[in-house]
Amino acid sequence: MSLTALSAFDIAQKVRAGELKASQVTEAALNQIRKVDGISGSLNEYKLTDEEEQKVHAFIQVTEDMAMAQSKKVDEAIAKGKDPGLLAGVPISIKDIFCVEGSTTSAASKILANFKAPYTATSVQKLIDAGGVIMGKVNLDEFTFGSSTESSAFQPATNNPWNTEYVPGGSSGGSTASVAAEETALSLGTDTGGSIRQPAAFCGVVGLKPTYGRVSRLGLIAFSSSLDCPGPISRDVRDAALMLQVMAGQDPKDSTSSARPVGNYLQSLEQDVKGLRIGLSPDYEAVYYPDLESGELLREPIQKEVRDAVLSAADVLAKAGAEIVENIPMPNTRYGIPVYFVVSRVEAASNLHRFDGVKYGYRTKTEVQDLNELYRRTRAEGFGSEPKLRILMGMYLSAADYASDYYQRALKVRAMIRHDFEHAFDPDGSYRLDALLTPTTAATAFKRKSVFGDSLLMQYSDQMTVACNHAGVPAVTIPAGLDESGLPIGIQLIGNDYREDLILRISHTYEQNTQNAAWRSVRPQVLRGEVKA
Amino acid sequence: MKDYEVIIGLETHIQLNTETKIFCSCKADSWEAEPNSNICPVCSGLPGVLPVLNSEAVRKGAALAVAMHARVNPLSMFDRKNYFYPDLPKGYQITQFDQPIGTGGYLDLKMTDGQTKRVRIHKLHLEEDAGKTKIEHGTRLVDFNRCGVPLIEMVTEPDLRSGDEAAQYLIQLRQLLRWIGVSEADMERGHLRCDANVSIRERGSDILNTKTEIKNVNSIDAVRQAIGEEAKRQIELVESGGVVQSYTLDWDADRSKLTLMRSKESEADYRYFREPDLLPVKLSEEEIETIKASLPELPIERRERFELEYQLSVYDAEILTSERSLSDYYEAAVKAYDKEAKVVANWMINDLSRLMNDQGKTASELALKPVFLAQIIDMVEEGKINAATGKSLLRKVEESGREPQEIVDSEGLAVIADSDSLRSQIEALLANSQDEVANFRAGKESLLGWFVGQVMRSTGGKADPKLTREILLELLKN
Repeated sequence: MSLTALSAFDIAQKVRAGELKASQVTEAALNQIRKVDGISGSLNEYKLTDEEEQKVHAFIQVTEDMAMAQSKKVDEAIAKGKDPGLLAGVPISIKDIFCVEGSTTSAASKILANFKAPYTATSVQKLIDAGGVIMGKVNLDEFTFGSSTESSAFQPATNNPWNTEYVPGGSSGGSTASVAAEETALSLGTDTGGSIRQPAAFCGVVGLKPTYGRVSRLGLIAFSSSLDCPGPISRDVRDAALMLQVMAGQDPKDSTSSARPVGNYLQSLEQDVKGLRIGLSPDYEAVYYPDLESGELLREPIQKEVRDAVLSAADVLAKAGAEIVENIPMPNTRYGIPVYFVVSRVEAASNLHRFDGVKYGYRTKTEVQDLNELYRRTRAEGFGSEPKLRILMGMYLSAADYASDYYQRALKVRAMIRHDFEHAFDPDGSYRLDALLTPTTAATAFKRKSVFGDSLLMQYSDQMTVACNHAGVPAVTIPAGLDESGLPIGIQLIGNDYREDLILRISHTYEQNTQNAAWRSVRPQVLRGEVKA
Repeated sequence: MKDYEVIIGLETHIQLNTETKIFCSCKADSWEAEPNSNICPVCSGLPGVLPVLNSEAVRKGAALAVAMHARVNPLSMFDRKNYFYPDLPKGYQITQFDQPIGTGGYLDLKMTDGQTKRVRIHKLHLEEDAGKTKIEHGTRLVDFNRCGVPLIEMVTEPDLRSGDEAAQYLIQLRQLLRWIGVSEADMERGHLRCDANVSIRERGSDILNTKTEIKNVNSIDAVRQAIGEEAKRQIELVESGGVVQSYTLDWDADRSKLTLMRSKESEADYRYFREPDLLPVKLSEEEIETIKASLPELPIERRERFELEYQLSVYDAEILTSERSLSDYYEAAVKAYDKEAKVVANWMINDLSRLMNDQGKTASELALKPVFLAQIIDMVEEGKINAATGKSLLRKVEESGREPQEIVDSEGLAVIADSDSLRSQIEALLANSQDEVANFRAGKESLLGWFVGQVMRSTGGKADPKLTREILLELLKN
């Protein structure tokens, strides 16, 4: 097996045992990036050759020097007989929404294109402290606002490694693509409405949104502060557990981080699923969206292959001893997107206030008459269309005259969504679930440019994931097959607060018990070494 | 002209004297620091940072609420007030909106006529301060040092009726803030800032007319003047058939003038919503009780007690409770002296306050401890030293730090009360003043004063005046 195909767990084990040098692993990762990634996203003009069209373009910035220095440090520690930590020598990519000292942190926006943070995000620091090697910053939708990575100001945007004509999903598209394309073993993403899970499903990798407050948000450039969760992206469940193990825990610099003790996620994987109650809900069998004319909610069943993957996973888990409980009512799931439109936009508009051209980042080059013109021009030139849309909507929805109709009302519905989960997981309730099994997305990846531009439709691709963000509960997506176009299908396991251990254990069981499935032997396009004509 | 009354409400911003800022670990005090030398990623609003609430700010805010007799809310919330300005690095201010730390309350003002005036408090909320901007050579400069300094915003009900009352409110609020130790309350340094809402109405009416808001009335004089000016302007306007509009005015202290900042129409919508980066502030009943218990006796209570317990006049009690360390000093001195408390008050008001002024010290900073003052008063009252010596002793003790008795002994300051030695000195004096003695004996008894003066001069003022007089009369009569 090539070094780049190794799991993070195996790399760390070999490095810690002295069987493998961290610098070797880093070199291999750098080579893989050179081989499959193509030109990095930038603000520059570009023209792609056919060959470049079939590259991944996950990275905005490869931090080669930093990576080499970090891996050398790991090797030196080993040489001195010290343990560099759980992630010794593991190559990791970081979504470019996390501040990392020594790199630029752009949020994939022109307005921060040259911003160098003077500090490092807590989650990233924990990865480094555990011996992880930061390979660079990967692309995303501008300020994480999107579900395809296409809205990045840094172009070319990332392609789906399984089929480069398709989007990788988003907003953590660079993260999931870099892991799927074996450029890194792990990636750090963020999930506000599904931004880890949707692209992970599209790219056939594992993506975990932890419980809100389980992983520190310090250093994550905020989108919607009450929903944002940093989380791991990996190729298998054990690696997600390993990465969460390193990052989870209270941060004195994040008041919303939880003081609850961190579970032993790796150990939990060793247990089976016998007796665990896993629910299926009819409310996850269709997408509900408003008719633009009448405002009525229309129902569209999800892609059949996705639904079949969920049911077949239920069978696998039932065979492993889990109890499958059907017809779990999650009636407020369908309001997840409308509520998200309100809550996330209001918070986003406020969070984007600080980008005003006064202190850092982009400032208009034109001569301005007064302060207001400086603000207007800087923000008009610095933000792309998606941040502008969200600012407009957020400002409108939180205005004194509308706040009670929209924002306050949305908060009430958000509480109802939370209640659905409390009801399902209540140990003394009717369902007493340990996890809910659902599709991650209603359909597999869509083609580049097919949805981009329709901000509303794009948002609806988060319908299966967003309720977890409203409720704060943890959820993980795992690969569960390929559709007839050869695109990955993801299934999602949702757990009760702080029960990452359980959803990881169930996922791991599914993964172990489907090792011989035919689809597991299929490799992504960019790894097959074929160039399409 | 009709009879108008002025209706005033004050909005004060009080800088809490915490060690660090409200949401980060930068020092709260940046006085005379270089611009932008006391900042960090959090208070300068870098991307990705999060606020962490300073519990000392909560405690001091709650202490003030208690001192104002406000209800301390067991659950209060932070909100974002969104607006753009270069001194506000995040583009929003973290403040409290609809669930503040304190609600209601009042401050009882002792007015100069001896009456008490109750000013009700609407609410108190915690918030972070913004930075400062200034324009220099056409360039706008920004200093973030003040960003994140903890403030309490305290709003009164429209209970004040004149510039003088508003000034009294600020004077007594400032006293209270220092007294309970939550703020330095130095108006020149911006620790206590004030905006005034002013409207007028016909006396006897109970409606509230349109008000104007005067910003930056940041001294006691400014409050008095600005409100006076604005009331005059409104009355003249209404009398001439005009209508008061809801303006925001700026007080220019240098020119003693009001200028229009903006009219109501252009007022911002701050789009308040809950700050998602902070948890609700919870104060348990126990914590609130602890805060209550830790508060000292308040100035108005102590003042009333001084009047009763020490039989002080209203005037004396007011002076001696003008500042906490002075009143503590007084009580300690009274206790050490253990005789008439009024005597100690006189010494402090007449002599000690002059000494404190000259030395630029507060009572607690004096080397002249309360017990030393008591000893000096005692020596004077007992006739061991004369009053002038007593007064000069105050300074000697303050400057040397030595005990009064020690100074009296070493410098021989005690009154000469030994009649033998005094008699022989007076005999010598009379022997050298034959003419005056003859004149006295011839009936010019007014010369007695001259003889006493001579004795005092020759003894350096230490002769016991009563004894001197007795001996003189005895010797002269012979």
